Amino acid sequence: MAILGFLESGGGHAVSRNAREVGDSSPFVLTGLMAWIKALGPYRWASNRLRDRGMSGRTAVISVPYLWLLLFFLVPFLIVLKISFSDIRLGMPPYEPFVTWASAHVMDLKFNFGNYAFLWEDALYRNAYANSIMTAGFSTILCLLIGYPMAYGIARSKPSWRNLLLLLVMLPFWTSFLLRVYAWIGILKNNGLINNLLMSMGVIDEPIVMLQTNFAVYLGIVYSYLPFMVLPLYTAIEKLDLTLLEAAADLGCRPTKAFFKITIPLTKGGIVAGSMLVFIPAVGEFVIPALLGGPGSLMIGRVLWEEFFNNRSWPIASAVAIAMLILLVFPIWILQRVQGREMGAHR
Amino acid sequence: MNQRRSFFVLTMMVFGFAFLYIPILSLIVYSFNESRLVTVWGGFSTKWYVALLHNEPVKQAAWLSFRIATMNATGATILGTLAGLALARFGRFRSRSLLAGLTTAPLVMPEVITGLSMLLLFVAMEQVFHWPDGRGITTITIAHITFSMAYVTVVVQSRLATLDESLEEAALDLGARPAKVFFLITLPIIMPAILAGWLLAFTLSWDDLVITSFVNGPGSSTLPVLIFSKMRLGVSPDINALATVLVLIVTVGIVAAGLLMARQQKRRDLDVQQAVAGNQ
Amino acid sequence: MANARQDHRSEPWKDPGATPYVRIDKVTKKFGDFVAVDDVTLNIYRGEIFCLLGGSGCGKTTLLRMMAGFEAPTAGSISLDGVDITAMPPYERPVNMMFQSYALFPHMTVQKNVAFGLHQDKLPKSEIDARVAEMLKLVRMEQFASRAPHQLSGGQRQRVALARSLVKRPKLLLLDEPLAALDKKLREHTQFELINIQETLGVTFVVVTHDQEEAMTLASRIGVMNHSEIVQVGTPADIYEYPGSRFVADFIGSVNMFEGRLIEDEPYYVRVESADLGGVFHVSHGVSAAPNATVWVALRPEKIHILRDRPDGEGDNRVAGVVTEIAYLGDQSIYFVRLAGGRLVRVTQPNILRQSGGGRISWDEQVWLSWDSSSPVVVTQ
Repeated sequence: MAILGFLESGGGHAVSRNAREVGDSSPFVLTGLMAWIKALGPYRWASNRLRDRGMSGRTAVISVPYLWLLLFFLVPFLIVLKISFSDIRLGMPPYEPFVTWASAHVMDLKFNFGNYAFLWEDALYRNAYANSIMTAGFSTILCLLIGYPMAYGIARSKPSWRNLLLLLVMLPFWTSFLLRVYAWIGILKNNGLINNLLMSMGVIDEPIVMLQTNFAVYLGIVYSYLPFMVLPLYTAIEKLDLTLLEAAADLGCRPTKAFFKITIPLTKGGIVAGSMLVFIPAVGEFVIPALLGGPGSLMIGRVLWEEFFNNRSWPIASAVAIAMLILLVFPIWILQRVQGREMGAHR
Repeated sequence: MNQRRSFFVLTMMVFGFAFLYIPILSLIVYSFNESRLVTVWGGFSTKWYVALLHNEPVKQAAWLSFRIATMNATGATILGTLAGLALARFGRFRSRSLLAGLTTAPLVMPEVITGLSMLLLFVAMEQVFHWPDGRGITTITIAHITFSMAYVTVVVQSRLATLDESLEEAALDLGARPAKVFFLITLPIIMPAILAGWLLAFTLSWDDLVITSFVNGPGSSTLPVLIFSKMRLGVSPDINALATVLVLIVTVGIVAAGLLMARQQKRRDLDVQQAVAGNQ
Repeated sequence: MANARQDHRSEPWKDPGATPYVRIDKVTKKFGDFVAVDDVTLNIYRGEIFCLLGGSGCGKTTLLRMMAGFEAPTAGSISLDGVDITAMPPYERPVNMMFQSYALFPHMTVQKNVAFGLHQDKLPKSEIDARVAEMLKLVRMEQFASRAPHQLSGGQRQRVALARSLVKRPKLLLLDEPLAALDKKLREHTQFELINIQETLGVTFVVVTHDQEEAMTLASRIGVMNHSEIVQVGTPADIYEYPGSRFVADFIGSVNMFEGRLIEDEPYYVRVESADLGGVFHVSHGVSAAPNATVWVALRPEKIHILRDRPDGEGDNRVAGVVTEIAYLGDQSIYFVRLAGGRLVRVTQPNILRQSGGGRISWDEQVWLSWDSSSPVVVTQ
């Protein structure tokens, strides 16, 4: 991910920069530490036990994160899947058991597609899906329209300015997402910053209703995810060989045309990466529609939340989650992996 | 090539940065507002900061968030580094693609789904194993580690991808065993990336509202959960004060880190120049 | 490209009783379906500088990495000084490697880099310091001991990498494109420095390179690799003067290659009729091929004389043509001469005299080409 790449490249510089300081406080201190740890009984005991079972260090390195992810990431989805087929009941937990033992050896599987049928029949859910995709898509396009000129401007700034400008793009990312969304409430509400300003200037007499509209949701998403768009675009534009534009100009291509014929196609990777980074989290967004959107701006994340917390309907919430996985997350995930592989192949 | 930027590009840059920073600035300005009506200016005051100082629930929530974020960042960094190492350095091993899939999936997973699934897991585990006993700091930390380790994995994996593998081979060649190579060569070199991963994991946990809302229990309100519940009741100036404090801490940290990096970069460039000049 | 070292060197590969120091026995390496090294057998003797020469992807680096222990052979075995090291991990082998990227640890000083290997052997500090100092002196880097790698120039880094790989006194030193990262001037100078250090320490070197000039200068023997196989092993002079195949003749130096048919096959000479040449080659060495077989005659451009008048004497080994192209390179000139059959022949002549007016052959002149019957080499594959 681009944000991570940025962090990482910053980190990369630091490595060799520290080289001078390391000088004498060398990593042989670490050797000493290792020797000390090894001398301890438990370490030796543990490593011997592992070796007895044919576990090399390599296997241990792989299996620790593996087991964690299997237990806490993969298994939960199987449970969600299971509960999405269960009946609602009152009590805790609020669903019927999926597997019941009819007798000691006969397992009784009860598949209940009722929850999915319910999702399909109720227009609320279909609208929420469609609305999520449209909102995320529209916000992504807006982000691209604002982000591309910004990234272009930064990439064409003096080198000494570039890092500062990038830092300014990154800074909001590190500050609380919730608080940045909250800031918009103060700006957009009826007696908020914009309305107060316009009314005091006499442009309008009545406050414009902006909070709790779709407009506010778009604004919130664009605002929150703009850094995710700018960074990959910047990386792509910065890598662009400027002599290509000179060659285009030399061959009689005007700057605007060169931009569309050369710059845009060659920064396609950045455009796709940035759009993904905005679109994916925006689709499942809960906080922004909940705080800025009105009752009409239903997005699927918010529907799931409300099914779960307000209606306490765990099976419906699970069915919403599974539908969301199949219809949205899975295609995106596949697309991203295919794209990643393509990029890897080009390298 | 010239540094010419068109009027359009400059305007968009000014607009873009204004768009990014005006909301934050408005938060800060109104935190010094005397009036309880956040957006109606009633004179300068620091009373909301004083109120914040005496707000026990906020302080408790902040401390809880801090503890969870620290534990999460440490756990996620260890697990994420191991996963990144396995993916970047162990070549093809059995079920590598499953591990790769599992580590990238949390990046694209909507938070509501992750939160829901983690909660259902904890409920099921409690039924079967009688652990975890209720929900609170443990379940929040486990959930946070699970989604934030993916980010650390990506950071570490991409750092390792750009790290010349022959450095590690050279250490092996000079007689260091694989575990020692990791601690003497790989770890010190990728340390900045690991620290960046730690900070990222810390921030993700510190900021997280959605997943925490699913897996927290009574009495374990983290700061975002507390802020969110206050927000649903409308804007309030003490949130502005809190926001200002948080923004300032982050800004000071980032700016300091940025300056440090810039200074070291300059010194390094100088070193390289001297090395080149010295050789001629 | 003269190789002075051969004069005072013994040539153990000519002695059937000599024991090879490194024995690579029927080694094959596959990556999935791709065969990187195909059934290679090779003997390297103590004190040699053995160059593995070949284009990119020919398997030379894979072979080197198997000697270092970074890759395990799919089949076959490698032994060093009588010990089978095929399954030995790299950190236990008495073999060190100098990497193409130098692989200097960026977070350690020059001193720490060189000392790293000795620290792994847990030697006493005083001995480590002494050996590091001695090594840095040998590569003339003693005043840079406390520098970090990024504070060094390319040539200095190369010398530190060399010191680091030699300090453990390995039985075998592997060098992966040791000079590729240096510029041309520095490369030439460093080649001789490398030879001097090797002679001082007497360590056996195996060098991987794609640069034939580098291989010719450094090597006691060269192993030419192509398509995962060793195609010829020999001294630089053997490889250049007696290429065993079209590939080797073409890969090392430039060559004119004529296809022909063996018309006369005697123990001490052969005659080859070539339509390309429009004549008959008389070659004063025997060939093991069936009569009338298709063979190729390789003729180096510098071994051809170019004359205005028909050379005297009877026999073959002369042909007429027209000069179509001349490239003046200063020390020599390259002439491209078109024969009657349309074939272009490349001829080089040293410019012994300073250019002076009409003395030289120029464009579109009718010329005669001739060569000694010992000059061409007939190859059958």
